[in-house]
Amino acid sequence: MDKEKTIESKTLSAEPAKIVVPGDILKESMDILPGTGTFRENKNIISKVLGIARTDGRVISVTPLSGVYIPQRRDYIIGEISGINFSNWSVDISGPYEANLPISEVNGYIERDADLSRYYAVGDIIFAKVNDISKTKYITLSMKDPKARKLTGGFITELTPSKVPRLIGKAGSMITLIKERTNSFISVGQNGRVWIKGEDDNVALQAIEMIEKYSHTQGLTDKISDMLDKALGKPKEKE
Amino acid sequence: MTKKERPDNRKLDEIRPMKMKAGVIKRADGSAQVEFGLTKVVAAVYGPRQIHPRHQEDATKSVLRCRYNMLPFSVSDRKRQGYDRRSTELAKVITEALEPALFLEEFPKTAIDVDMEIVQADAGTRAAAINAASLAIADAGIPMRDLVTSVAAGRANKELLLDMTKEEEDAEDAVDVPMAMMPRTGKITLLQMDGIVTPQDTEKIICLAEVGCKKIYEAQKKALLEKYGS
Repeated sequence: MDKEKTIESKTLSAEPAKIVVPGDILKESMDILPGTGTFRENKNIISKVLGIARTDGRVISVTPLSGVYIPQRRDYIIGEISGINFSNWSVDISGPYEANLPISEVNGYIERDADLSRYYAVGDIIFAKVNDISKTKYITLSMKDPKARKLTGGFITELTPSKVPRLIGKAGSMITLIKERTNSFISVGQNGRVWIKGEDDNVALQAIEMIEKYSHTQGLTDKISDMLDKALGKPKEKE
Repeated sequence: MTKKERPDNRKLDEIRPMKMKAGVIKRADGSAQVEFGLTKVVAAVYGPRQIHPRHQEDATKSVLRCRYNMLPFSVSDRKRQGYDRRSTELAKVITEALEPALFLEEFPKTAIDVDMEIVQADAGTRAAAINAASLAIADAGIPMRDLVTSVAAGRANKELLLDMTKEEEDAEDAVDVPMAMMPRTGKITLLQMDGIVTPQDTEKIICLAEVGCKKIYEAQKKALLEKYGS
């Protein structure tokens, strides 16, 4: 998550973002390296996806505007328990791959032959960490993390996974703004799932829908701030 | 060669009026609508997602599954709905035309489903379907080496033509050559031929189609950028 934040902070100050399509030649140079969303063909660096191209030092990368969630190690995700097996839970993490949460990755001691649904039942929502991804795409989650927890109440909405850094903002500025103004608890998973619980949760939902729609434009924080002002009235001055 | 005119007042190497739009279906991961004159296609892409039935799964790459279908009202005689020999074959050749452009190895054990519906047919439906599918795949955010563009060229009434209509295709001496390519590298991913031509004319027809593909490529790029208002 920290890595994503640094990418975000640099783009806000850099030159205006350019939308590119797959097959676009971004640069003809051997000194520049192809980053995510790009590949090299002879001397050219070419975009793989429809997205926003940006140069960061010697690396050119393209952030896609759509696409599914591909898990990375140490990501925090919001998953839904989809099944219970002998020693693990199956978790839907929205994306092409299903994840597993073994009992060994849950806090506390679980008795032999215990009823696992007493810990996590089918349909429960969890905020978990991606522990490991095997070569065969077997994904293990972990709840043995200070941030990991079961999410009760509230509701879930979805965002394109590549737009998650936009929702979080520079050093968490965007998400803090929405949380404070709508007086809500919000948890964002790298898989694009967002959990909202609080007072003006419908306004928070509107803000997220707006980020989904306008993520490729500039001055997004101002737009969201204006929208929140309209929906909730100007913020009161702190006494 | 470009002087003479055709039934619809086009030049010999002119493509029918094109309309392309990306992101027309909300519930799909990616979608596009493409029109070439009266030919109208809608394509939708789902995935990469879990593969069902599971025995189709490939541990090294994603499986591209295309479906080509003509709606009953797409042709003048109501077509019986469902798969037939023609649609099954076209689904196969379209899969093979799109596959080289995709980085399938990035999503092992998954499926990418591409559905193409021919809403209205006036020749060149497979070319239009490939163009729509390629746009829809790009719209879905699936990594590609290049967009795939396609057009049919051929011969009718002793003239070599680009993007023929049904009327022209019904000529006595008609030859139909559908072609798909990746314009940046110029690699051809689909080349079929129906009819009898000399090798010299075949070459000319392929050149004609190549020029057509490059024009379509620009229209495709425009359609993708238009979705994001630039």
